[in-house]
Amino acid sequence: MSDFVQLWVYLSTTPLFGLTATLLVYVLAHAIYLRARHAPWANPVLWSVVVLACGLLATRVSYPTYFAGAQFIHFLLGPAVVALAWPLWLRRAELRQRWLRLMVAALAGGSTAAASSLVLGWMFGLPRELILSLVPKSVTAPVAMGIAEQIGGIPALAAVFAVITGLVGALCGKYLFAALGIPTDTNGWAARGFALGTASHGIGAARAMQVNADAGAYAGLALGMQVVLASLLIPLVFSLF
Amino acid sequence: MNALRGMMWLLVFQSAGELLGRGLGLPLPGPVIGMVLLLLALRWLSVREPVAVCAEFLLSHLSLLFVPVGVGVMTHLSLVSQYGMRMLAVVVLSTLAGLGVTVLALHLFRGRGPSPETALSAAKDADV
Repeated sequence: MSDFVQLWVYLSTTPLFGLTATLLVYVLAHAIYLRARHAPWANPVLWSVVVLACGLLATRVSYPTYFAGAQFIHFLLGPAVVALAWPLWLRRAELRQRWLRLMVAALAGGSTAAASSLVLGWMFGLPRELILSLVPKSVTAPVAMGIAEQIGGIPALAAVFAVITGLVGALCGKYLFAALGIPTDTNGWAARGFALGTASHGIGAARAMQVNADAGAYAGLALGMQVVLASLLIPLVFSLF
Repeated sequence: MNALRGMMWLLVFQSAGELLGRGLGLPLPGPVIGMVLLLLALRWLSVREPVAVCAEFLLSHLSLLFVPVGVGVMTHLSLVSQYGMRMLAVVVLSTLAGLGVTVLALHLFRGRGPSPETALSAAKDADV
């Protein structure tokens, strides 16, 4: 038994542990998600985060120890943002043809998400640095961290808010769109995907890509547009005040 | 080999974005500048082919990449227990507002502008 404990102490402190645990839990969660036919409640990010966080707390492994391994996955967020050029390129004809409407929708949705979190946070009496970490939450996590840092929020919290925002979109989007009477034809899927990419970034886009090809393509497009718009406009607006 | 070359291009453009952003003091994050540069470079087949393979792989597993940072919520449990419900309410409400405004903006204005479907249906109406 004491051998086992020593073995665990050794294993849990190597980077191998964090990386293996993340992949193992995610692959399992994804298999369940597929088995549940992409039901929103079975979202693999949600369950991976819950299982890993509870596991770490139960085994008293610290987050930095875990992250020493998980950072190899985290690192890929940078190249993934660069890779967003690919869905933009694939849809360049639509982008050229509909750029005005898409730009208006991206600006309207993005500024609604940012402004409403500012106003609601203030109404609910949240501290200033929490509100400032909430503002960039509709942008993909690595970019949201950078924006939060620029405007005076807490980068780590901004990343967590971004993940929760993504989950809210992936979990509730379907029901909201149905309630608003958005159809499931080509135009409807495009609008649904674009909204998911705009308001709930990579996690919403990942959900859109799993559900419908048109929705996925427009979600990738929206994600790329929102990354550029938000990282230009949010710090600019805050520098005015 | 193409996947490896694609990864190389993604990293090259991310590095170029970081260098350009920091060198010129641009307000955009490095990967975002890298994305814009890559978009310009995708017209060349030698970039496009490998990037397509790697980007499709990376983007199809995009949700995995958010797990490590999501687990970080465990380091902010005191803030979560103090403001958790209020923070969650803000996130849920403002995300729904953002989703709703975007989807309605596209849905309500879908009929205007030079989209091929509407041009076609307008032509049919004119015939009748």
